[in-house]
Amino acid sequence: MAIKKIERKPLTLAEKSYLPQIASGLKITLKNIFRPTVTLQYPEERPEIPEGYRGVPTLVKDPNGREKCVSCQLCEFVCPPKAIRITPGELDEESENAHVEKGPKEFEVNMLRCIYCGFCQEVCPEEAIWLQDTFSVSGYTREELVYKKDKLYELGGTLPDDHHKWDKKKAAENSGNPH
Amino acid sequence: MELIDFFWIIVKATIVAVALLSFSNLAVLAERKVSSWIQGRVGPNRTSIPILGAIPVIGTGLTKMGLFQPVADGLKLLLKEDPVPAHVNKFYFFLAPIAAMIPAVTTVAVVPVGQIIENGVAVPLVLADLDIGMLFIFAVSALGVYGMILAGWASNSKYPFLGGIRSSAQMISYELSMGLSILPVFMWSNAPGVESGLSLFSVVQNQQFVWGIIFMPISALLFLVSIFAETNRLPFDMPESESELVAGFNTEYGSFKFGLFFAAEYAHIIVGSGIFAALFLGGWHPLPFNPMGWELQPSGLLGALISMGIFLGKTFFVVFFFIWIRWTLPRFRYDQVMKLGWTMMLPLALVNLIVYAIVFAFIDMN
Repeated sequence: MAIKKIERKPLTLAEKSYLPQIASGLKITLKNIFRPTVTLQYPEERPEIPEGYRGVPTLVKDPNGREKCVSCQLCEFVCPPKAIRITPGELDEESENAHVEKGPKEFEVNMLRCIYCGFCQEVCPEEAIWLQDTFSVSGYTREELVYKKDKLYELGGTLPDDHHKWDKKKAAENSGNPH
Repeated sequence: MELIDFFWIIVKATIVAVALLSFSNLAVLAERKVSSWIQGRVGPNRTSIPILGAIPVIGTGLTKMGLFQPVADGLKLLLKEDPVPAHVNKFYFFLAPIAAMIPAVTTVAVVPVGQIIENGVAVPLVLADLDIGMLFIFAVSALGVYGMILAGWASNSKYPFLGGIRSSAQMISYELSMGLSILPVFMWSNAPGVESGLSLFSVVQNQQFVWGIIFMPISALLFLVSIFAETNRLPFDMPESESELVAGFNTEYGSFKFGLFFAAEYAHIIVGSGIFAALFLGGWHPLPFNPMGWELQPSGLLGALISMGIFLGKTFFVVFFFIWIRWTLPRFRYDQVMKLGWTMMLPLALVNLIVYAIVFAFIDMN
């Protein structure tokens, strides 16, 4: 490999004294004083959460207000830190879909264990569990941080849904074509 | 009558000491605020006092400016647990912060903060107008290093010890060029037929026509660099150098004893800035160039307040400059500090002294 020797110019007297360099450094820091700050005043100002952010896992309802989860327990099975625990149960007798599908009697996500990997969302056949934009979780006790079903639904709310699971079937029934 | 005089002196001394310590508290706040601005941050703007901080414009404004922060800082330093490690030499361990604090508060006694013109005669506003003023400052401020050496030695642990050693070496190196750099100033103020001694007041009055920094720029530069080194400010903070020596000489200190070191450091900076303002920035003379020698300050109390305001403004600007430099330059390596002190500053100060001596001799001959 060829070695290229570069002639270095000897330093001038001004450069040797370092004073012009210090002056230019002072100029830069002085300019910085008058620049706007980049600080986010956190509790009052919140950062913008990007699309697809994996925050706290939540349970969602479909646009008709029915719970989507059918307690198949796939998420419980796939969860690497075993943060999810589902107690399956039957739906209410009055419900239209009683004896057709199931629902969770209890659904617990232990936020102290959850690693926000998103496997539960990926595996869910009903698209019932979603990782949404809540990112700061706090509590005074360990028990408080095991999120129960109602808390998960409260965090999740209702998401728009393209499938209209039972609506299509009902429409087909009404038009005289049950299958 | 004598008792009343004595009482007045004590009152005045208390006022000056309290003012100096509150300014040093504010300097800590200024340090935090300026550093945050330079780094694009906001700085302390949350600390508030319950009722006072809730007043709509004033209270919230003061909170935003962080002006309640020094109170919180001081209380924290006072109320924290004060651990004394088992391996220290107790007597010197307790003596060190006191030894650091006393010189810092003592030197301010001879710094004139303004003038009051009575019957056409300017009288300095100063606790003690000594004719050996500058010598007194050198003598007492040199004692400040004992606080650090004692702290380093009494802590009986390696990092503080290194910090103490470094501080003593640095002080010796820079005190020489510091003393030599300001000799021309006093040569100028002691022109033939003038008896001004080493008093700071007469140096300031001498700058009525032109500020010292304009006709003695090299002296000003050398003195400025030397007070950076003497007050252990970056880029010369060898005794502390937190990235190398944990916290240097005060590693083993906590709570109030650390607070004393801290306050002493900032009091040193303020006094140093005041001396620089008096020696080179014209003290309370507002104009850098005033060849006609106009008397710009009214006599009486108003003039006294104006001159104090001008002097304090210049002092605070130099304090700001200290902070500004801190967030601009990185720390020197230890050997670079020594090299700069002995091979650059000292010869330059000597040459500067000789050149000005010759120039003044020529001026005086004519």
